[in-house]
Amino acid sequence: MPVCVAATRRLGTAPLGFRGRIRAVDATGCGRSLPAAELERRLLEMGFVEGAVVEIRNQGLFGRDPIAVRVDSATVAIRRAEAHAIQVDILDVRRTDSTPEDSGR
Amino acid sequence: MNDLAAPPPAPAAAPGRASTAVRTIHVALVGNPNCGKTALFNALTGSRQKVANYPGVTVERKEGSFVTPGGHPVKLLDLPGTYSLRARSPDEEVTRDVVLGRLAGEQRPEILLCVADATNLRIAVRLVLELRRVGRPMLLALNMADIARHRGYGFDFDRLEAELGVPVVPSVAVRRGGTQALLERLDALAETAPASIADDWAPSGGAGIRALQREADRIVAACVTPPAKPDTVTSRIDAVLLHPVLGLAILLGVLFLMFQAVFSWAQPAMDAIKAGFDWLGALAGNELPDGLLRSFVRDGLLGGVGAVLVFLPQILVLFLFILLLEDFGYMARAAFLMDRIMGGAGLHGRAFIPLLSSFACAIPGIMATRVIDSRRDRLATIMVAPLMTCSARIPVYTLIIAAFIPDRTVWGGLQLQGLVMFGLYAAGIASALGVSFFLKRVVWRHSPAEPFMLELPDYKRPSPRSIFYGLALRAQVFLHRAGTTILAMMIVIWFLASVPRPPDGADQPAINYSFAARIGHVMEPVLAPVGFNWQINVALLPGMAAREVAVASLGTVYSIAAEDDEGADRLGRALAGKWSLATALALLAWYVFAPQCASTLATVRRETGSWAWMGVLFGYMLALAYAAAFVTYQTAVALGAG
Repeated sequence: MPVCVAATRRLGTAPLGFRGRIRAVDATGCGRSLPAAELERRLLEMGFVEGAVVEIRNQGLFGRDPIAVRVDSATVAIRRAEAHAIQVDILDVRRTDSTPEDSGR
Repeated sequence: MNDLAAPPPAPAAAPGRASTAVRTIHVALVGNPNCGKTALFNALTGSRQKVANYPGVTVERKEGSFVTPGGHPVKLLDLPGTYSLRARSPDEEVTRDVVLGRLAGEQRPEILLCVADATNLRIAVRLVLELRRVGRPMLLALNMADIARHRGYGFDFDRLEAELGVPVVPSVAVRRGGTQALLERLDALAETAPASIADDWAPSGGAGIRALQREADRIVAACVTPPAKPDTVTSRIDAVLLHPVLGLAILLGVLFLMFQAVFSWAQPAMDAIKAGFDWLGALAGNELPDGLLRSFVRDGLLGGVGAVLVFLPQILVLFLFILLLEDFGYMARAAFLMDRIMGGAGLHGRAFIPLLSSFACAIPGIMATRVIDSRRDRLATIMVAPLMTCSARIPVYTLIIAAFIPDRTVWGGLQLQGLVMFGLYAAGIASALGVSFFLKRVVWRHSPAEPFMLELPDYKRPSPRSIFYGLALRAQVFLHRAGTTILAMMIVIWFLASVPRPPDGADQPAINYSFAARIGHVMEPVLAPVGFNWQINVALLPGMAAREVAVASLGTVYSIAAEDDEGADRLGRALAGKWSLATALALLAWYVFAPQCASTLATVRRETGSWAWMGVLFGYMLALAYAAAFVTYQTAVALGAG
């Protein structure tokens, strides 16, 4: 699969079907909920670490929020506000009705 | 079963005969949420479980016992699921403190039985690496090993053991014999358990978590072969169940079904319980001499316990649905679908199911708030749950509506009576949203909101055994409380309504001479502005036991038996002659808010672990009830309905 590391964006702004590799997790100024360091630790604990491949599988009706993100072998639901802390390199954006595919390790 | 052939060489074992050397081993189950930990707990301990609370906190403590094939008696503690020992919620604090031996009154486990979902090892292996630093002997069970193999995962157990430095065994909690290998390894570990290893655990910062996760990912990559073709069942189901529009529609359908079931399936059992207690009451009435003792046994003891026990079938049906959906993996999805909608009122997505349950009865609803991790979010949910119109309000509503609201249609075919009923439900929901908004956005506006971060587990077939033990546990908790706190409150209320006894030759119903009647008269000046007469005030007091008891009490006060339908009709006609429309409407408004349910208050006290929160709930609901009844009454009088 041709990997095109053309741009970096925040997972919170990514569309449905987006696939990317995590470049950095930095919660500074993200989410209104927790201190940045704590939010960062929680994201890391849910498996959002640098290098992991993520894919947006589902999203909510209102404001396309929250999102269901496949992280390796697990699916995690988070709000877009908190997903802003996750910077991702774009791998591809696939149509959502195609067969989802797990990323290899 | 079989005697110990060779005494264990463990240093802690007492010397001498083998039979005296057998001492109980304390084992704790640790693992991520959704790893099948509870299923494994059920498989190992069966029915030998007991549930209590940890001292000082409202976290449930589940302990069970069993004997290993090697003859070691084991006490197994099921610790709350956690992602790390860094403890973010009260539940996770308990896990950390028990594992580290810091929880007062709780013995430090000698062996940690770490459970991991074999199909999702990344996070679990990081937890194992973290637990290793605690320095306790450990055993890793790869649970749901059958599903993993079926999906095409391959495991190098020897390599995994070598990398982690702990014994690793596959386990299948939902199948008989699926824990055989696990028990054998537990025996081996029990006989060689080293006294202690250094404990150098300290909470990790961001860098520490990253390093541990990298190490975990390396180990998983080296020891686990992922399937060539990934399993797509979960994502295919999610395409439907998490669809933005279709998913919400299905959720509504599931809820409708659940609601229907709570009312219709539970009804025969509820009728039977009620008939049973009525029979016992009649028996007591016939066998015991007339007097205080008869009244106590019949009205206080049997009436009080019966009024609570009658809700057991509804609670069981409700929890049957909740457990099934939870086991299937749907509950987290319901929270996902509702998060944004609930969020507008400051509620967490996970508050949805507890609030929904409260339409049946606030007690199981409040018990179900345990799925909410954050204490603030949980408190907000508990505080508004009793505002949802529970089934116990229905008898009061129907009595007053039938008596005072004309049976005619308005606005082209809508039933006026049905419309009023709907309005009462809507008022409850609207006020619940308003109160939670006030709590989260005004009172707690400076404290950070809990982020919504929730694992959506892969779907799996619910296990009948887990459902059964889950239901048994809920029933046990409810019955225990019905027999203690709630019973005590019922007796107090009976006392007020029955003592002192009427004088000889009394021509009025007994309750009119009781403390309750005196209280009713004392309350008259306070409640006159909302249109209540002293008879209503008297009925409000026994109504504290359970709301629908107020109907029977009104019957008593007005000397009319309302036990059968005909009686209820006659009571309605009598009320229609005695109350103004304004009074009736005010009573309806009062019942939307009034905290008239001792069982709910007792449950709130237990679940929040605080009298203060129970007081807050009682106070604010009473204030709302008074205000609503006042506005309703005065408006109605001004409009000429007085």
